[in-house]
Amino acid sequence: MSKVLIQFAHPTHSKSNVQKTLEKYARKVKGVTFNDLYEHYPDLFIDIKREQQLLTKHDIIIFQHPFYWYSSPPILKQWQDLVLEYNWAYGPKGHALKGKKIFNAVSCGGGRDAYTSTGYNRFPVGQYLLPFNQTAYLCRMDYLPPFVVHETYTIEDYTLKACGEQYAELLDALVNDRIDPAELAGVEYLNELFPH
Amino acid sequence: MQQSFFFQAMIYLASAVVMVPIAKRLGLGSVLGYLVAGVIIGPAGLKFIGMEGQDIMHFAEFGVVMMLFVIGLELEPSRLWRMRKSIAGLGGLQVGVTTVLVAGVGMLFGISWKEALALGMIIAMSSTAIVMQTLNEKGWLKTVAGQSSFAVLLFQDLAIIPMLALFPLLADHAGVADSHAGGGSLVSVLPAWQQAIVVLLSVSAIVLTGKYLLRPVFRMMARTALREMFTATALLLVVGIAVLMTSVGLSPALGAFLAGVVLANSEYRHELESSIDPFKGLLLGLFFISVGTSIDFSLVVSKPLLIIGLVAGLMLLKMAVLFVLGKIFEVRNAQNFIFSIGLSQIGEFAFVLLSFSVQEGVLGKEVSDTMTAVVAISMAMTPLAMMVNEKFILTRFCLVSAGLQTAQRPSDVEEEDNPVIIAGYGHFGNIVGRFLRANGVEATVLDNDSDNVDFLRRMGLKVYYGDATRYELLDIAGAGRAQMIIIAISDEEKRLELIETVKKHFPHLHMLVRSTNRNDAYDLMNAGMMHIYRETFDTSLRLGVDALKLLGHRAHEATRMAKTFFVHDERTLKHLSSIRNDEEYIHAARQHMEELEMIMQADRDAVNLNALAGWDRKAEAETA
Repeated sequence: MSKVLIQFAHPTHSKSNVQKTLEKYARKVKGVTFNDLYEHYPDLFIDIKREQQLLTKHDIIIFQHPFYWYSSPPILKQWQDLVLEYNWAYGPKGHALKGKKIFNAVSCGGGRDAYTSTGYNRFPVGQYLLPFNQTAYLCRMDYLPPFVVHETYTIEDYTLKACGEQYAELLDALVNDRIDPAELAGVEYLNELFPH
Repeated sequence: MQQSFFFQAMIYLASAVVMVPIAKRLGLGSVLGYLVAGVIIGPAGLKFIGMEGQDIMHFAEFGVVMMLFVIGLELEPSRLWRMRKSIAGLGGLQVGVTTVLVAGVGMLFGISWKEALALGMIIAMSSTAIVMQTLNEKGWLKTVAGQSSFAVLLFQDLAIIPMLALFPLLADHAGVADSHAGGGSLVSVLPAWQQAIVVLLSVSAIVLTGKYLLRPVFRMMARTALREMFTATALLLVVGIAVLMTSVGLSPALGAFLAGVVLANSEYRHELESSIDPFKGLLLGLFFISVGTSIDFSLVVSKPLLIIGLVAGLMLLKMAVLFVLGKIFEVRNAQNFIFSIGLSQIGEFAFVLLSFSVQEGVLGKEVSDTMTAVVAISMAMTPLAMMVNEKFILTRFCLVSAGLQTAQRPSDVEEEDNPVIIAGYGHFGNIVGRFLRANGVEATVLDNDSDNVDFLRRMGLKVYYGDATRYELLDIAGAGRAQMIIIAISDEEKRLELIETVKKHFPHLHMLVRSTNRNDAYDLMNAGMMHIYRETFDTSLRLGVDALKLLGHRAHEATRMAKTFFVHDERTLKHLSSIRNDEEYIHAARQHMEELEMIMQADRDAVNLNALAGWDRKAEAETA
């Protein structure tokens, strides 16, 4: 059994469609803690102690957010700047997060083909996420491939529903340690582990 | 047995303890409760108290002196100065016109002009005790009606001085007592210009003492950390002023008021107020009880028509004069009713003037006895008249038509399902209300200032007039269906009362409560409140941020420091409130100092007060 912590960041939650659906499915999974950052820190004044305690108590961390300007909404950056303290998360004495797993669960407006060398976004999603990847590395964490929902503006209801179920299956598998590390090596997105 | 002090004290206290809560419960106000208590224990009722009620009354009049002292404390000199027009204009005309009219009517009935003039002056007086107490209880002091009433009462207090000087000149009969015993002043033997000098000197003595001498004295008393020493000093101050004023022939109430105004800006204001308050309350209560006992029912029974006619006629006359003057001085609509009906009784000073005029031989014993009964009954009628006014006249003006007209106008029903109720729409509540409205949340508003209600209604808001602590009003306002009530009333006690009402009848409502300061916030915490908003806290911090910025701090850093401090202070508040409960016995002044020390200590100790933690690798590295 692993404890999963979702660090959720959405500044205009009431206008969201995809993220709200993912949230709905995620909240139903046992063993998952859903931490709504904008709800807790509406003015970006993050409680460092509380956040560090949450991290300590969990084994798998997920940054769930829309893929704003090829990155996350600002609160996640603020969160990293403040919470991942020197000699706590990194540095010679920073072992608090060592060995924990971490990945991003994002929703993008563009299709998957847009995120290729020939598409208009030119680079794959994984490359845009490199700063998260490296941050995890510096904190001695294990960075997994992302979970991605594409074409958020045009997505059909049944596709969205399928994505929600997929996300729930993924979370459940993570909680119950059913993910084979060997399988992870071969996938670009975690979605691929649960084909629909 | 009946004569023993303790027995009498027991009777007075018991009657008050029984009757006042009943009167309050029935919505009649405490004044009527005291009056009824007086009637019950007096010669007309259970006969526990005989005619010595009169002596008690003279003693209890001291409560009026204390009340004016407390009123003065709440009135800064600058505000008093701004009121000069209404004091001289409204007050002067009220006394003048009423005196002339009453005298004229009296002469029509064949009373000599001298007697008629004396009666006119006596009748022009209104009861400071009753009016101020009632206005205070209803939270109306700051309204236009409250301010105007106060201006008139203040002028009446001033007018007493020349009246007392004038009465001996009106003497027609041979006086009952041939000396000036009634005046009782040491300086009445002096010629007029010397009297004037003495008066001026004593007034300046009060002002100078208040300004320069009292502060060090109070500081010394506060340092003894004995609560009773502070109380004793405060009492000594008021009693001393009363003695000084009486000895130079001025009204002690006026002197106490003056001293209060001088001390209004001092840091001991609240301490003084809380020391004097219980005495003031009890003495005023005693005063009202003794008014009740002094009503001579045998006289009423023997000449019922005359007495009732006089009471009704005089009150209506006073009311009419006040109403017309109110119109001229722009006291509008509902406020004018509060103003004119409130001041329509004949005041306690009439008792003094009546006995004085008998001594001076201005009035006969019979007239004076009749008038005493009339005065007492008119005082007893005031709370009733106010209640009738509130129930029937004010509702016409102010209560939203919803209750009566929902049948015809279904849209009103929808509005009554507003999710939010705002109690108190002054400068605090109206910002909250405007903000909610700007974001499409409609709120139902309760306010007890009829002018304000008038205005807001014209702006299209759903406003109910009245005392928000009353269950009926909350019910009409839709408290049963709302989700939350925002308690933004400025009066701390009213807020607590409202909280109790909501807890009892509408437990489902979220309560968001304004608080004046730390101490008030503690009281609210004790009352179980979760959402408490100290009214000056955020603003002070915003100012602090700007101060830091002007001193060269970066704007964002200063803002974060303020936020850090905010969180820290809210935490300290919660922590200290748990300690405070155990030590409630500590002398309030000392407690305040100690607490400030504890707060500042906590500020120094707070490890988390480093607002830039997390970004600051160097500092972290050094401590590591």
